[in-house]
Amino acid sequence: MAAELLKGNVALAEAAIRAGVEAYFGYPITPQTELLEHMAQRMPELGRAFIQAESELASINMVYGAACAGARAMTSSSSPGISLMQEGFSYIAGSEVPAVVVDVMRGGPGLGNIQPSQSDYFQVTRSAGHGDYHPIVLAPASVQEAIDLVMLAFDLADKYRHLVFVVADGLLGQMMEPAELPPMRPLHTERPDWALTGAQGRAPRIITSLELDAPALEEVNNRLQAKLRAIEEHEQRYAEQMIEDARLVIVGYGTAGRIAQTAVKQARHEGMKVGLFRPISLWPFPERRLSRLADRVDAFLVVEMNAGQMLDDVRLAAGGQVPVDFYGRTGGMVPVPEEIYQAIATLYAKLPDRLS
Amino acid sequence: MVALETVIEEQVVYARPASLRDVPTHYCPGCTHGIAHRLVAEVLDELGVRERTIGVSPVGCAVFAYKYFNIDGCEAAHGRAPAMATGLKRVSPDAVVFTYQGDGDLAAIGTAEIMHVAARGENITTIFVNNAIYGMTGGQMAPTTLPGQRTKSSPTGRDVELAGFPMRMAELVGSLPGAAYVTRRSLHNVKEINKAKKAIRAAFKVQLAGMGFAMVELLSSCPTNWGLSAPEALQWIEDVMVPYYPLGDTKVADGVDALMKER
Amino acid sequence: MAKGRIEINEHTCKGCTLCVIACPQDVIVMSTDRPTAKGYYPAMLVDPEGKCTGCALCAVACPDVCITVYRQVPVRAARAEASV
Repeated sequence: MAAELLKGNVALAEAAIRAGVEAYFGYPITPQTELLEHMAQRMPELGRAFIQAESELASINMVYGAACAGARAMTSSSSPGISLMQEGFSYIAGSEVPAVVVDVMRGGPGLGNIQPSQSDYFQVTRSAGHGDYHPIVLAPASVQEAIDLVMLAFDLADKYRHLVFVVADGLLGQMMEPAELPPMRPLHTERPDWALTGAQGRAPRIITSLELDAPALEEVNNRLQAKLRAIEEHEQRYAEQMIEDARLVIVGYGTAGRIAQTAVKQARHEGMKVGLFRPISLWPFPERRLSRLADRVDAFLVVEMNAGQMLDDVRLAAGGQVPVDFYGRTGGMVPVPEEIYQAIATLYAKLPDRLS
Repeated sequence: MVALETVIEEQVVYARPASLRDVPTHYCPGCTHGIAHRLVAEVLDELGVRERTIGVSPVGCAVFAYKYFNIDGCEAAHGRAPAMATGLKRVSPDAVVFTYQGDGDLAAIGTAEIMHVAARGENITTIFVNNAIYGMTGGQMAPTTLPGQRTKSSPTGRDVELAGFPMRMAELVGSLPGAAYVTRRSLHNVKEINKAKKAIRAAFKVQLAGMGFAMVELLSSCPTNWGLSAPEALQWIEDVMVPYYPLGDTKVADGVDALMKER
Repeated sequence: MAKGRIEINEHTCKGCTLCVIACPQDVIVMSTDRPTAKGYYPAMLVDPEGKCTGCALCAVACPDVCITVYRQVPVRAARAEASV
């Protein structure tokens, strides 16, 4: 299919439709409302379920219901709305039904503002809700990648019976870029064998996250943890640029990673041996590759649109072997390449002289 | 040649409905949750819909409702059962979907969700068990607790100056255009139980006919937290609850009447 | 003989007494000598005069679905006559 000029939010929505989403339940919140509006137009056209719910709270619980019936279901929101949904995320993860959530992050905390940020990193990667689990979290850095990762999100959700986030930020949601949408996938015709479809000619099925017997709940948790280990083993994703001989590696995801790319190119142009490492899966964090990089680089510089959240994961992956520095903007401020270049140059100048 | 004669045969006149599992429940002795469950199960049997029904359990004493019905079931977060039911029904329009909720679930934390399923005219059925108290957590005040009623969080009696007045949910929900059938019945004696069953039957028939949202509020007892014996608790419903929560229909949309009259 | 009779499941009866109150014939009483595993004293049918009519009001009133109700019902049945 040909590339067309697409707005991020619209691309996210249409990609979900092409992926075969059967139900969308959402609530308006800037800067992702266009996603809901696109769904409002397209889902009824296609005879699929759409509701603008009374709140984000209701939205995620409608997703939970549809997911229990075995249908591909999703919602989308932005930071304050994601906070509201946390109870629902925990129930979904605890009862192991698949669901996809798009978070278009904005400045916070609290009501904050509507400009782009990456300050939900802790929230979505740690568990996005109470209890021991991590959703799978995917972070695109372009409209095309957003489309591709939404398609992947539904497949991963079904494969692992798990909650999958696609996190963008307000800039990605609002920008327009040429991108290609995939052809429409046919909707699933069969419901999975665990789904609630009516106990016809079979024993009833129950989907619950409640288990009052502690040993039994520990078993549930063990099963969840085993699933997470499998996801960590197989689903780490990242992109690298100019990494082979880099002494300083800039680590950034999403929009921050993309802006850092320009700064990295500029630094290379000035003769600095720097590279870019861009996590695409925020959970599972691509620590396998990053810890191997730690063996041979002299330092990492983490760039984020927050006060330092992925920074912790980079430090953990680096294992104390090399210094990990940080450059960030908060409150909805978006860094320009020049600021990141300055941070790179300053840090590079401090690197110890290499023995040849 | 064959002659017909009259013989006397012993027949089963009443037995456990197939939609209700043969397991003991955790409800207190005399708790009318058991009656409400049984009536729903009888209706599902009579309408022949057991095998396509999905029930959504609340948080409250009936949190384990999914263990007691012989149907597919799921557990909603507190107050969110109507939203979960909405998601289920929208992707499975041929399923019969119901929520079963208590007064905390429906009238406190879940007020938005119940109002909006009714406003949307969602084709689901809600059974609302009103016992004027929070049972599961040990007897605190509910939005349905009566003025002067003593509970663990209104130990000197509900003070309307501080806590306001109880909410009449059947009236509130019935006022919404998308609600097709909303009624309040009681479980305090056999006559009322039989009327309650008719109401529950009508509520499910409304769903089967695709006519919109139906809710049956059931005045119910909580002997343990009211500090009364089971028979005294039923009497308390009649003497104290019914005057504040009048029995009868609060919404009967066009066509629902005819539905109620047919078998 | 009595027109009706009931069987009460003594394992699930919680001794709530609502059946006793519902019964119009006063033929249900609470036992005092055999608590269930949960410590409840179950209800039981005591009907020496055969007054139970199988009306099932007790079953309607019972929250634990413990009661099965039987009734003697006249039924038109075929009886083959001896062949001619």
